Amino acid sequence: MRVLKFLLQKELRQILRDPAIFRILFIMPMIQLLILPLAADYEIKNINLGVVDHDHSEYSRKLINKIVSSGYFRLKDYSATFKQGMYAIGQDKTDLILEIPAQFERGLVKEDEATLLVAVNAINGVKAGLGSAYIQGIIQDYNQNVRMQWIQFPRFNPQPTIEVASSNWYNPNMNYRLFMVPGILVMLVTMIGSTFAANNIVREKEKGTIEQINVSPIKKTQFILGKLIPFWMLALIELTIGLIIARLVYGIIPLGHYITIYIFASIYLLAILGLGLLMSTYAQTQQQSMLVSFFITMIFNLLSGLYTPIESMPQWAQIITRLNPVSYFIDVMRLVVLKGSSLSDIKYQIFALLGFAVFFNTWAILNYKKRSG
Amino acid sequence: MQKEKVITAKDLTKRFGDFTAVDKISFEVEKGEIFGFLGANGAGKTTAMRMLCGLSMPTSGSASVAGFDVYKQNEQIKKNIGYMSQKFSLYEDLTIRENIQFYAGIYGLTDQRIKEKTELLLKELHLEGQEKTMVRALPLGWKQKIAFSIAIVHDPAIVFLDEPTGGVDPITRREFWTLIYEASARGITIFVTTHYMDEAEYCNRVSIMVDGRIDALDSPANLMKNYSAHSMDDVFLHLARKAERSE
Repeated sequence: MRVLKFLLQKELRQILRDPAIFRILFIMPMIQLLILPLAADYEIKNINLGVVDHDHSEYSRKLINKIVSSGYFRLKDYSATFKQGMYAIGQDKTDLILEIPAQFERGLVKEDEATLLVAVNAINGVKAGLGSAYIQGIIQDYNQNVRMQWIQFPRFNPQPTIEVASSNWYNPNMNYRLFMVPGILVMLVTMIGSTFAANNIVREKEKGTIEQINVSPIKKTQFILGKLIPFWMLALIELTIGLIIARLVYGIIPLGHYITIYIFASIYLLAILGLGLLMSTYAQTQQQSMLVSFFITMIFNLLSGLYTPIESMPQWAQIITRLNPVSYFIDVMRLVVLKGSSLSDIKYQIFALLGFAVFFNTWAILNYKKRSG
Repeated sequence: MQKEKVITAKDLTKRFGDFTAVDKISFEVEKGEIFGFLGANGAGKTTAMRMLCGLSMPTSGSASVAGFDVYKQNEQIKKNIGYMSQKFSLYEDLTIRENIQFYAGIYGLTDQRIKEKTELLLKELHLEGQEKTMVRALPLGWKQKIAFSIAIVHDPAIVFLDEPTGGVDPITRREFWTLIYEASARGITIFVTTHYMDEAEYCNRVSIMVDGRIDALDSPANLMKNYSAHSMDDVFLHLARKAERSE
């Protein structure tokens, strides 16, 4: 215990003295939390629309007005022929062409039928998918209005219509920030945890001070704990700052208890720090450890469910996410913040993370050798 | 009268793949002795020393340090030795006092003892009033002297010094050797590698390693006599020129 006290004292002194660590720990995450959630919004806006109107009728103008006034589209191009419209797509001026055929108005009113063509630039898949879905929704709505105006509905509709009314639970306004901010916070805490501790040990290797530790009677467990505990504390401080920003800036107040978040985060950090320490026992230089932890955290983040729902990943990727500590924390953060889950609701995640923590730390201690072969 | 042996090595060997860094070396070091471990760059001095300190696993042969076996009791050895590596080993971003505290602490000294030791050490090194200076701000010679004092802060039976005076000016080297003599007078056995032949003459006995083997082992006076040389320099050149391998 006494030895551990000296190790911790030394580590804290070094950390508090390092201006770079302080900047990276506090300023960087604040900027990320203030900027990223505003940019990482899944709603697609500002889709550039090109229109090829062969009809030039009141109805076609009404349709275009309706589309543009929805707020999702910007009318960027108004061409005479489809070919010119395609040219605009080719020039990246527009994302989507709406072609209105000649006789559109007549067809619609007299023959109760009209065909529109929507062509989408699918280079950005999300934009294309959502764009064409939006425009179809708007056209449908428009169609409904026209029909209401011109057609007498039969008293008994032979085709019953089913109307779907949806309500969004736990995040009623579908506020993306509520969804993204807890996730981004997890990412930040993860980066601190996995990168910092790893780099710290490797720096001792590079400077040669680890040799002096290895030639002393310090036990391996003491040494690993001496590295783990300070960074564990730093990451919890980081989490606290993040939660304060979430509350003050975004008004995000968890429905569940803060204590639930902290208990889970403490266990989570043991796992992620263990992973960092494990990497450091293999790496010889800081470049190596930086690159490896960058690689791993990138995979962890992309397969965490932060950006894309895990449920829509292919089966094999879903299995990988179960081996990914980050996905559990993002899940838990959202459960606690949005749904108000309590400790008993997240037992499964807690056990999984305890497993990771034991696994990574044991491996790290076993692989850290005071004597080379 | 047989003196107490604190280091004994018998056919100690270290191979890295095909390369035999240390080739069946055998020697004994007596308690309180200043034992010089000489050899050209790449002769295998550091490797041999690392095996004795429990930092590197020997390939074959046997050795005991402070009465403990290097294979099985390497952690007990570590309680009884001090080590100063070729690479500078103090924490540059800690002050002199904090470095002393840390190293004394991890060797299990009591708070009272740490305090006493710190004061004593600062006085010996004439660093009173400087204890709050960051180690990074000190000149190399000072750092080396502090590193040595810290390596023996826990009063070990043996201290291993790997080229402690490399790159240090002659005056500081002298001062450094004064510290070594003082430690030796307190009963600490000194095991030191060096490239400076004047330093070799300060040793009670020296061994000269060539290509992983110990080619000569005796007191400096006897060595000079045996090789009919005028100085240790000549002895060393005579032996080291035979070396076939380079760095």
